[in-house]
Amino acid sequence: MLRIEGIDAYHGRAQALHGVSLEARPGEILCIMGRNGAGKTTLLKAVMGLVAVPAGRIRLGEVTLSDLPAHEVPRHGIGYVPQGRRLFAELTVAENLAIGLMTRGHGAATRERVLTLFPRLRERLDQRAGTLSGGEQQMLAVGRALCLEPSVLLLDEPTEGLQPSMIGLIQDVARQMRAQGVAVVLVEQRLEAVLALADRVAFLETGRLRSVIPAEALRERPDLAATYAGVG
Amino acid sequence: MDFGPHLMLAAIEGAVAAAVLALTALGLSLVFGVMRVVNVAHGEFFMLGAVLAWAVAHLVPGPAWAGYLAALVLAPLLVGLLAAAADWVVLKRVQYDPERTIVATIGLLYILQQATLMAYGPEARPVAAPFDARIALPWPEWGPEGLVLTWPWGLGTTAWKLVVIAAAALLVALVFVLVQRSRAGLVMRATQFDRETAQAFGIPVARVFALTFALGAALAAIGGVLVVPIQQAHYLMGGDPLLLSFIVVIIGGLGSLRGTVVAAILIGMSDGIVSVFFSPTLAKILATLLVAFVLIFRPQGLYGTRAA
Repeated sequence: MLRIEGIDAYHGRAQALHGVSLEARPGEILCIMGRNGAGKTTLLKAVMGLVAVPAGRIRLGEVTLSDLPAHEVPRHGIGYVPQGRRLFAELTVAENLAIGLMTRGHGAATRERVLTLFPRLRERLDQRAGTLSGGEQQMLAVGRALCLEPSVLLLDEPTEGLQPSMIGLIQDVARQMRAQGVAVVLVEQRLEAVLALADRVAFLETGRLRSVIPAEALRERPDLAATYAGVG
Repeated sequence: MDFGPHLMLAAIEGAVAAAVLALTALGLSLVFGVMRVVNVAHGEFFMLGAVLAWAVAHLVPGPAWAGYLAALVLAPLLVGLLAAAADWVVLKRVQYDPERTIVATIGLLYILQQATLMAYGPEARPVAAPFDARIALPWPEWGPEGLVLTWPWGLGTTAWKLVVIAAAALLVALVFVLVQRSRAGLVMRATQFDRETAQAFGIPVARVFALTFALGAALAAIGGVLVVPIQQAHYLMGGDPLLLSFIVVIIGGLGSLRGTVVAAILIGMSDGIVSVFFSPTLAKILATLLVAFVLIFRPQGLYGTRAA
């Protein structure tokens, strides 16, 4: 289980997170909602060690991730799909996947599993990532993270700017990961996506955790999203 | 000597200059491409390669070739280690900030130069080439019996110069294989494109930077070792390679390895040929003018991509 325990984090000199505590459980999708600037992306970056955590700690099982240098975090099975995909645009699809496979995973078997999930990538293996369509780029971003065989998968607005068929595909993959016992943490602004996927929903507002509620409660009262985080 | 054979001799000089320049500039380009660090101390790594070659060649007993071979291995290794230490102690501390690394590497330049002056002295010292053979070169001429090869007096070169050209070509090819085909190269290219995302996929960026800086410095040092039987080792010899490497990297396109090699051949050949027929100063003036034209008309260089 991923435990975030009272963390502070800064974006430059501005404090972006104030004592945030959360946990992501295996086999569930935890959605994080909040307005722009609420600290959602900073929270995922803090888990990845990409922003400093001067107070509080982040643990995965017995390992304190927040004590590790950033490059050691993925070795413990944290897969990350950053906002805006952040592919290595000049590298080919195969090379992007190879980067994912370097740290963890079972080499060819893992790669084959990812290519079975996203057959379109198999047809584009030698193509430069920057020349893929938006949907294909998102497949690659998710596929690259899955190459780590993650036990925790962090998705930062993975359906942003995608057409509906592609959104459905990405959501299916998130459900499959949940079914395999992966803890999925999904940053999402769109209420309908949250309602379609989430088991629990956490609301962030100006860097503070307002509330964590079961998704069922949000399905019954979608106005709670506006109440807690001004979104929806 | 006729113009044709004279031009051939000048072209060989140019090819030697181009070969050494390609190695040196490739190191600078690699460091800039991956780390975004403009290494003003790069020429001093070239100088250290030559000076250490002298030191190692004199410390190793036995025939000249044994000392030189030891220098060819040890000098780049020592310079690479020194560069990795400089990365760790200096560049990492300033967080690879582009402006601060320029100032830091200027400081490094003076430290290396003055430390060499104190330890090695102001003299220029020769290092014997591993072998001392001279090759007479043929020149084709049309006679009454058709094309015949003649051996004009004075048309020849040392075998060492041909070895320098071949060794540099081999090393440049190896660098390309390393960067484009190896796992280490893939890690370097990923770090080059997006260091934050690279870390999120387990790439130890600090280690990649240290190794890249060491590799860049070692390439310059090999250039120094290769050239020292022709040019002598001197504590101020890093200036020209630094200037020419910057010229080459700007003309080729910042961070483009292919552009760097093409520009090194262009600048090295013209430097060699103009130096033989006119003067080395005129060669530098022409190269600098070419940079000015490139910056005005094609600022991204021959193979660089225009910034968005």
